[in-house]
Amino acid sequence: MAKARGKVTFKEDLCKGCELCTTACPVNIVVMNKEKINIKGYHPATVIEMDKCIGCGNCATICPDVVIEVERIIEE
Amino acid sequence: MAKVFERTKGLTDKPFHYCPGCTHGIIHRLVAEVLEELDVLGKAIGVAPVGCSVFAYDYFNCDMHEAAHGRAPAVATGIKRVHPDSVVFTYQGDGDLASIGTAEIIHAAHRGEKITTIFVNNAIYGMTGGQMAPTTLVGQKATTAPYGRDEKHAGRPLKVAEMLATIHGAKFVERVSVHNPANIRKAKKAIKKAFEVQLAGEGFGIVEVLSTCPTNWGLTPVEALKWLEENMIPYYPLGNFRTPEEVK
Repeated sequence: MAKARGKVTFKEDLCKGCELCTTACPVNIVVMNKEKINIKGYHPATVIEMDKCIGCGNCATICPDVVIEVERIIEE
Repeated sequence: MAKVFERTKGLTDKPFHYCPGCTHGIIHRLVAEVLEELDVLGKAIGVAPVGCSVFAYDYFNCDMHEAAHGRAPAVATGIKRVHPDSVVFTYQGDGDLASIGTAEIIHAAHRGEKITTIFVNNAIYGMTGGQMAPTTLVGQKATTAPYGRDEKHAGRPLKVAEMLATIHGAKFVERVSVHNPANIRKAKKAIKKAFEVQLAGEGFGIVEVLSTCPTNWGLTPVEALKWLEENMIPYYPLGNFRTPEEVK
């Protein structure tokens, strides 16, 4: 069976740094970017190792501020 | 590439004003997604409450109306009776619905008004700064209960879903939570069913959503979700209390 792969996009300026998405990710690739401060003054959430993303949408489901968009890569 | 999650058309582009980690944002999104999926955005009319979600009319991409504190079901009753073809919902918090608006919600259910109520229960008054609400748990600290709610003095918290389930006109009553993705998906299903009950002309529907208030609980958003799961769910059990046969 082909491995599910996904891609997530964060609208970082909408993020309020609540960290809920980091708890929902089953592959633990969502982290807070401590080196960046967004327009609201928070450290926004971001993704490390996008290759590991399975496109489950859990992060977007729990995000209270609709920061995240999720795409799933369909392999032939 | 296939989009599996994007911002619903049911929400406007305005960013939410809620505190970081407040689950109001999740619940707003679920209601908006359901309205979009049922293709009723064009004929939906929402009634916003007083409380943290008082600006809900800025966020939903449908017609909205603001009601006086607790009176959203009464305003929704009027709207639905004048426009019977519209889809009318109220979005209310626990200070609004379970305290000052108890009479309105009970009698809207009692009359079997064909409206849908989304009841957000976070066990505290959020907007006014963390006072004790009728839904505050025994022992839970609030600014008006600094040593925790005393059962002998303030009684036990009000279980709104159970109370409304005893009323004949309330055709759909369910309590859900939004503390993890699985429960958020269940919450969306319940909200969808509540709207389907209205569309089928069955009667009153209410979904009680257990929610967090990290700011007034004095917890981080992640701790708040854990607190909800460990403390609120044992007292406010999740589940369906009433469903009409047609939408089962």
